[in-house]
Order: sequence, then structure tokens, then C-alpha cells
Amino acid sequence: MKEVKNILLVGVGGQGTILASKILSMGLLEAGYDVKMSEIHGMSQRGGNVSTQIRFGEKVYSPIIGKGEADVIVAFEKMEALRWIEYLKEGGKMVINDFEIPSVPILMGAMEYPKGILEDLIEKADVSVFEASTIAEQIGNSKTMNIVLLGALVKAMNIPGIDWEVVIRANVKKAFEDINIKAFKEGMKQV
Amino acid sequence: MKQKHLMTGNEAVARGAYEAGLNFASAYPGTPSTEILENLALYKDSLYCEWAPNEKVALEAAIGASIAGVRSLATMKHVGVNVAADPLFTFAYTGVGGGCILVSADDPGMHSSQNEQDNRNYATAARLLMLEPSNSQEAKDFTKLGFELSEKFDTPVLLRMTTRICHSKSAVTFGERVEKTAKPYEKNIKKYVATPANGKVMRRNLVGRLTAMEEYSNHAEINEEEINGSEIGVISSGVAYQYAREVFGDDASYLKLGMTFPMPMEKIKAFATKVKKLYIVEEMDPYMERQIREAGIECIGKAVIPEYDELNTDIVRKGVFGIEGATLKSDLEAVVRPPAMCAGCPHRGFFYALSKKKNVMITGDIGCYTLGSAPPLNAMDTCICMGGSISTGHGASKAFSITGADTKVVSVIGDSTFFHSGVNSLMDVAYNKGTNVTVILDNRITGMTGHQQNPGTGYTLMGDETGEVDIPLLCQAIGIKKENIYIVNPLKLDEVDHALDETLNKEEACVIITKWPCILKKFSQQDKNDFDLKPKKCKIDQDKCRKCKLCAKTGCPAIYVGETITINADSCTGCGVCVQVCPFDAISEVK
Repeated sequence: MKEVKNILLVGVGGQGTILASKILSMGLLEAGYDVKMSEIHGMSQRGGNVSTQIRFGEKVYSPIIGKGEADVIVAFEKMEALRWIEYLKEGGKMVINDFEIPSVPILMGAMEYPKGILEDLIEKADVSVFEASTIAEQIGNSKTMNIVLLGALVKAMNIPGIDWEVVIRANVKKAFEDINIKAFKEGMKQV
Repeated sequence: MKQKHLMTGNEAVARGAYEAGLNFASAYPGTPSTEILENLALYKDSLYCEWAPNEKVALEAAIGASIAGVRSLATMKHVGVNVAADPLFTFAYTGVGGGCILVSADDPGMHSSQNEQDNRNYATAARLLMLEPSNSQEAKDFTKLGFELSEKFDTPVLLRMTTRICHSKSAVTFGERVEKTAKPYEKNIKKYVATPANGKVMRRNLVGRLTAMEEYSNHAEINEEEINGSEIGVISSGVAYQYAREVFGDDASYLKLGMTFPMPMEKIKAFATKVKKLYIVEEMDPYMERQIREAGIECIGKAVIPEYDELNTDIVRKGVFGIEGATLKSDLEAVVRPPAMCAGCPHRGFFYALSKKKNVMITGDIGCYTLGSAPPLNAMDTCICMGGSISTGHGASKAFSITGADTKVVSVIGDSTFFHSGVNSLMDVAYNKGTNVTVILDNRITGMTGHQQNPGTGYTLMGDETGEVDIPLLCQAIGIKKENIYIVNPLKLDEVDHALDETLNKEEACVIITKWPCILKKFSQQDKNDFDLKPKKCKIDQDKCRKCKLCAKTGCPAIYVGETITINADSCTGCGVCVQVCPFDAISEVK
């Protein structure tokens, strides 16, 4: 693949975007791509927005991308999808977890969580929406929501020749290997 | 093919130092530099590393280890180098024993810092050999090379990183560790004792050393040419090179500088003659541009590349070629998501009580508690630098007494920050009869940077138990009267309130120590013995709730003001601050 592909994972601190990004990057590196992964976050407390960028191809220079350059955006939270829409390339894909986490001004009642996000984004881009958090709960561990989304992302990216099961097993704790693989497979069914 | 590892630049520096036979490292944690020492500690069987109370101490310890003959390393964030600048300048005079590297992790774009600062300027100011890696592999390789050059030229080396190099991951190939035999220590007063007489000689030697280093720079392989065409030439370094290489593409020619002090001026002159138009792409200051212009070479730099904020390909493309990409836009607007003190954070109760005090100026410091400045608490008036809250407060309070204003001053500082340099400031307050109230927010760990041990926690970086600083006794030792020291549980609002009232009414230096562990911390056995940390939850009785929203005024992210006011059971830790705030007894602890 001569052309560099850009993937953006966006969410809220504590949702597991970084682990999902790490597994994705390891898989791509194993497959022989040049890979760069970059975390973007402000101060390290909980509750702020977090994003990671993964770039892969034959040769990757910049570790970060600009607006209008993402081939795929995976939003772990709905309002974060809205915040990052400008980074999506025209014709790019967006995978959204239908899940709300109100930020502090909303919690305090000072502002309102925006209404109609999904309708608006679906109108503007190629968007897949599903409830990754509910799926994760159903398979028995709500924390695997990030891996459900990873599964959906991998399906959306359509890159053959990577044994994701092996990569997942190598990057999660032994006790959680099987449930994460189940989560990954459930995610793949969603896109 | 050697196995490739996906590593951050910080992990790669640690790996490089390990492979280079490093023996001693010291640092004060600071984003984006913190993980270098955390990763070095993983090689504890081969080397020794420690947290220092501040950056000056960290560098001085590394200098001592170097003079004693081993390879040593000190790491810090950009503003930390300001703290360490005093020994740094003299260290450039004396030179090294074992090779020594100072890592400066700059933060363009201020992702997690109080200013933007281009520490390449320290290399020219102190005359240090400087290397700038542009990815993780180079971070590892340049660290190893740095130790060799440090010994070859008898100079400390500045390894200048930036957030995007520190925290982005790319592939790294490992090598083996090479054990270095320590140079036998020999007393050398003329080299290591910087009295004026010796210093004058050292200063002259430094000029000779610079000439040798520049000669090396002109031939160094890490100052790399890539000739593709003669129309456009680009000179760049660090992560800026990556942005430039991507934007200018395969047609432009490049001079990528890995060693940026001394600059390879002969190589630059030769490169400039090979191209019609020369661009200098660098983040922040016109550091290279200035030197290149001084050498009489025509170039385009800050005329098109901004002098502030972090660069990216977008900014470079727009600056140089005037091209802006198409973006999708939504009609809706996302609500800001500012970081907030966690549910159960012990600082919240304290700041809530403090925010109720009238006619008080609050001088703040660098740490999680800087968030006390955010709504709804708004409990902070200033934040200048690490350790500065107490001395800033001292000056303000003296000024108020001069002008006759009856404003009182409360200075807030965390435990680690107090040990960093706040203790010096408190000495100043005690010695000079200051009257500002100092509050030491002791959450039993260095919270902001992700839970590093410090002199007050009882543990070292390498996991050993150690003695801990007794903060009240320390305060007494530097001149605070015993009866003016209050120790409170910050989750108990009446305790905090009482201590604030008493201290604000005294015309003497007072200290309040709020003591409760950070809620995100991994609790030690001692924490479990000393504090009641059993998990609890709070709940709102909807029949009693009158929706006055006072509970939400504490800024707790577990409390949600919607149609009804509710507490999120997943994030609530049962700290009980909201229970104390509610005037209608609607909130209670549930088992």
C-alpha cells in the first residue's frame, strides 16, 4: 500500500481508546506496514476528551494528521464524533458507538447535550452506528466495549492477512483473552 | 530481520540508555518526559534510577555520577530545565567524567504545560552539544550516540525531544546492552571546581571544544542530505522534519539535522547552493533560521511557518503552499469537555470550603489542584510555576499590607510540589514574617503526572520502602509555630472551614495540611491502615430533593443535573462532600 491510511479513535478518558489503538497498531506492524501511533490528550485527569491517531502504509512520516485527512474515524462516544467530524476525509467512514457521556458543563446543568447528532452526521458522511456498550454488557463485560469497536473498525478497514486473534491474545491479560476475542467478533458483525 | 517493537520516543530513550550501559539516572516527573524514568526502572537489574525532589537536584545528582565516572542521565520537561539551568551552565564549563545526557521534553502547543518554550535556545546559551531525534528509532539511537559524543567532546549533551516525539509510537529495533567500565575517579580541581580562576580557563577551553564539535557536526551522518531536485530545498529537524517531508514530498531536497548545536554551517552552505529556494521548517522559535541568516544564507522560515503552537502537515502546507484541505462541517456544536477533578478527589472538598471565603486571594500551583481554578469552584487567582504559589502569595500579602487592603491570601500547593521547591518558599514566608496561609494538599502521591512516588510517600521509584518526610515537623523546623499548623481531613467540610477561619484570623504564618489519598492511587498497606478507604456510594432521595443544585456546585462529575438530580453509582466513591452540602438532607450514604 503506497498511500498512507489514517485512522482516528476518539472518546472520553477511561473508555479504552488507547488499548484498542495499541492492538490495532501491533496488528498492522506485524503485517509489515510502517506504523505511527500518536495519543492526543490534555491534562491527565479523567473526564477530558482523548484521541489517538494511527497512520500506516509503506512509509509514514508525520505521526499526526490534519483536518479532512482521516480515512476512518471511530467514535467511542457520540458527542466526540461530532467534535472530530472535520477530520474526516470526504468519502471517509465513521463508526459511532451510540452512547452518551455528558461533560462537566452538561452535568452541572449549565449546557445541554446536543440533540440530533446521529441524524446530522449520517446526512453528511458514511456512518455506521451501533450500541457497542450494550453489546459488551451482553457478552458479559462492559469494559470490552473498546474491543467491540475495534472489531467494527477492522471490518470497515478491510485489510486481509492479519491474525487479529493472536494480536489480541498478546495484548490483553490472560483472564480476559477469550471475552475480548468474543467482543472483537461481535464488533465485526456490526459493520 | 530483527524484531521490531512499537515504542514511544520516551520508551525508546530508556531503551537506548539501557543499551548504552547507563548506570545512574535521576528526574522529576513532568509531562511529556515522565515515562523515560518509569521505563528505565524496568531495567532495575542493570542500572539505578531515582525520582529527585526537583529538576535542579536531578541534574546535580547526574553531574555527580558523571564526575564519579559512570554514564548518567537526567530527564525533565521544558520548564524543568529552567529550574536546572544553574548547574547546567557550569556543567558545560567543567565537562563530564562518564557521558551525561540531559533530556529536555518540550511541549509545543501546551498540551499539558503553563507555557511554550523552545529549549534549543539552552544549547546555544550554555554551549551544549544538542541532538534532536525525529522518531522513536532515532530517540533510541541518538541516546546511545549522545553518550559517545559526550565522552568524545567532554561535554554534557542536550537531547531535545518534543511531545510528539515523546508520546507517539513507531517501530524500534533493539540492540544488546554494552556494559561500560566506570572511569576510575581522579581528583581534578582545575576541571571540576568552578572558582573564578579555574572558570576562566574552562571558558576558553569551551571555545576550543565548540570548534571541534562544529567540525564533527559538518561531517556527522545524522545531519543527512536527501537530494531529489534543485528547485526547493528544506532544512528541518525533530518532528518538524516529518511534517516537512510529507508536505514537500519526493521532489524537494532535504537537509535533515539530527545534531542542531553546533549547527553544521559548512554543510548548510553547500546544501543552499544546490537549491533555488530554501525553506527552514521548524517548530516554535526561528532557532535555525536565525543562525542560517547570520551566516549570510537567504532562506524562508518564520515568514510562512508560525512561531507558536504545535505544527502539523496542515499548518505547513497552508503556510508554504497556501493550500487548505476540504473539511466536513456539522450544523451542531459539541459541548466542551474540560478535564475535571475526579469523583472522590480529596481536593474538591477543600476547594469547595475555600471558595466560600470572601475577600481572599488564592495563589495556586502546578498539579491536579490547578483545576480548582475551573468552574464551578473558581477557587484560584494565580498560577505561575512549580512551587511558586507560596512565594507569590507571600509577595501579594506583603503588598496588601503595604496598600492597606484587607485582602487575605491563601496559597495552595500539592505534596510533591511542596517538596519540589515550595519548601523554599515557605522558608521565605516564615523567615520574613509573612502572613499568607499555606495549604499543603497532601494526597500521598504525585497525582498530576500519573502517580509517581515522592519523598512523602514512603517508597522509591524502584519500589523499595524508605523513610518519609514528616510535613508538620518539617514546617516546624523551618520556623512555623506548632500551634499554627493544622492537619485536616479535606472530605470533612467543617474541619476545613474551621482551620481556614482560624488561620485567616491570625497575623502569623500558618499552614493547613489536608491529608487524604488520591482516589485513583493504588493504596498501600499504610494507606489502608491510616484512612477509611472502604468503597461507599451516595444516593439522592428524590422525595426530599428540592433541586437547589447546591450539590452540583461542588463540581463532582458523579452528580448529574437533568430532569431530576442524580448520582452516577459507577463513578461515585462515597466521599460524602455532597451529603454535607445538601441543605435538605436529601443525600445520604448507602451501603
